[in-house]
Amino acid sequence: MITDIVVVLGSALFYSATVFLVAAGLQVVYGVQKVVNLACGSFFVLGAYTGSTFVKVAQDLGLHPILSFLPLIVAGFSLFFVGLIVERGLLNFVYKQNAHFQFLLTFAIALMLDDVIKFIWGHAPRVVSGVYTAYGRIDLFGAAIPGYNLVVILSSCIIAVLIGYMFSRTRFGKIVRAAAENRYMANALGVNMNVVFAKVFTMGTVLGTLGGALVIPSRAAMPDMGWELMMMSFAVITIGGLGTMKGAFFGSLLVGIIRSIAIFTFPKVELLVVYVVVIGVLSFRPQGLFVKMD
Amino acid sequence: MAFKAQLTGKIMFGIVVGVILFLFPKIASQHFSLVMLGFFASAIAVLGFNLLFGYTGLLSIGHSLFFAVGAYTVAFSMRSSIFSMELILLITLLVSGLIAALVGAICVRYTDIHFSILTFAFAMLLYSFIVKFYYVTGGDDGLRVLMPHLLGFNHSAVPKMQFLMETYYYYALIVACLATWAMWRIVTSYFGLSLKAIRDNPVKAEYLGINISRYRWFAFIISGMYTALGGALLVPVIGHVDPTLSHWFQSGQFILMTVLGGFTYFLGPILGSLVFTYLQDTLMSVFQYWRFFFGALLAFVVIVAPGGIMGGIDSLQKKKKGGV
Repeated sequence: MITDIVVVLGSALFYSATVFLVAAGLQVVYGVQKVVNLACGSFFVLGAYTGSTFVKVAQDLGLHPILSFLPLIVAGFSLFFVGLIVERGLLNFVYKQNAHFQFLLTFAIALMLDDVIKFIWGHAPRVVSGVYTAYGRIDLFGAAIPGYNLVVILSSCIIAVLIGYMFSRTRFGKIVRAAAENRYMANALGVNMNVVFAKVFTMGTVLGTLGGALVIPSRAAMPDMGWELMMMSFAVITIGGLGTMKGAFFGSLLVGIIRSIAIFTFPKVELLVVYVVVIGVLSFRPQGLFVKMD
Repeated sequence: MAFKAQLTGKIMFGIVVGVILFLFPKIASQHFSLVMLGFFASAIAVLGFNLLFGYTGLLSIGHSLFFAVGAYTVAFSMRSSIFSMELILLITLLVSGLIAALVGAICVRYTDIHFSILTFAFAMLLYSFIVKFYYVTGGDDGLRVLMPHLLGFNHSAVPKMQFLMETYYYYALIVACLATWAMWRIVTSYFGLSLKAIRDNPVKAEYLGINISRYRWFAFIISGMYTALGGALLVPVIGHVDPTLSHWFQSGQFILMTVLGGFTYFLGPILGSLVFTYLQDTLMSVFQYWRFFFGALLAFVVIVAPGGIMGGIDSLQKKKKGGV
């Protein structure tokens, strides 16, 4: 019994950690720019493929498998320029337009990114071997939890703490919160919104690519891996509430656990179960579970 | 005087287009007639989509759900020995109407972003169901579908290409014309006007006594039925159904067609689907990464010309007349 719970929790938290990163990216961009980034899944896939390439290169150079998460993190961060290009080069032009059109633009970006990924890496899945097993398994109450899962969960927690710290203590964090609440006022007070938008979107992008990169040792990188994560991230931000980091954090926990339970009982309906919960939340508390009602 | 001339001009244009459409199989190559069939199907689908987007202001990024529902209904009907195309189309309308009623009841209660996310979710849920329940749906491989009987005639003796060129072409053309006419009637009715009011100012519309949830729901149902009809019409042409019909990429194609043609015009989506279908046909054979091109095209239209092709024509006309 305990073993089962630990196993479910172990895989749940691993998934939650991944979804949290992508959902956090969505939340941060939505909070400030009021745009839901439909390309979040594509950033995730991009991060995954880039991560696989970086790890292969590092392995060829003789890096010890235990340290493999380093090239993954580097891969995630190095893709910041993609976010910058997308934000300055495309998104910048539609802020004055209808929200539908901003959304559609992110959709177009997702389409383009998907083919760019196929162009660079092809259609075949890419596997990074040897890394997952290098971390071994840890015995907890009779359940064997892969060591790598714990690494990812830890990394996600650290990132969550860092984000929390950034928003509450740093000057930039305060500016971002101000911009999220009232961008025109912030602008009037002298904040350069172009810079803020660029930085925030880049941050959102990097969170997505990091999520993708970190997931690589445990699964193959495939062109189609993005949409399922997108669905889960949307579920997270809907359950947690649009624009809140707390919502992203607890929403990811909830979604991860629901999904894990579903997989252990009725695997074929895992997506459906999560969305039943989404619809439930929307019916009773449409603004999300972690948003204060005014 | 000027108004009458304008109207006559439009009627003349309509007649010319009608004649071209009718003579098309005789004058154009086999390949292009086939492409036209794809156009008819997607035109109907996109008319439905724009009822929701252009007229009611609800952006559904999961309309591929209904496209797949229509297509798979045809496949399942044929497997259940229902061969009459008319009956199949009727079943498609009923099934898709029912599904749209259920899905719509959930989706239309929410505002823009939640609405879009939910439609996306439903489409991908169907996609994953089709893939997972392999034994029923053929999974990733899909199902083969033979040609149904049109108006009671079994055409299986006729070689497929020739059949498609002649009989099915006119059949699809007539269905498309009827569907377009019906949509025009819907859109110019009191119901259509109410939808536009809901789109422009929901609060005021409600104040004026329009039940916005109910009307949005109705629009959703009609929209779903149209897109399903499009899917059903397309299936005999390809002879095959597979899960990608429900993928969000298919939804994206509908959106691109609508926005490309001009979503604020009745004929916009139809024009957009014509251009898109031909573009896709040309590009697919030349360029492997045509999805990128379509993404770029969508981005271009959204940034530079949100009014689409018809919007562009309109502003050109205004400039000619000396307006702003």
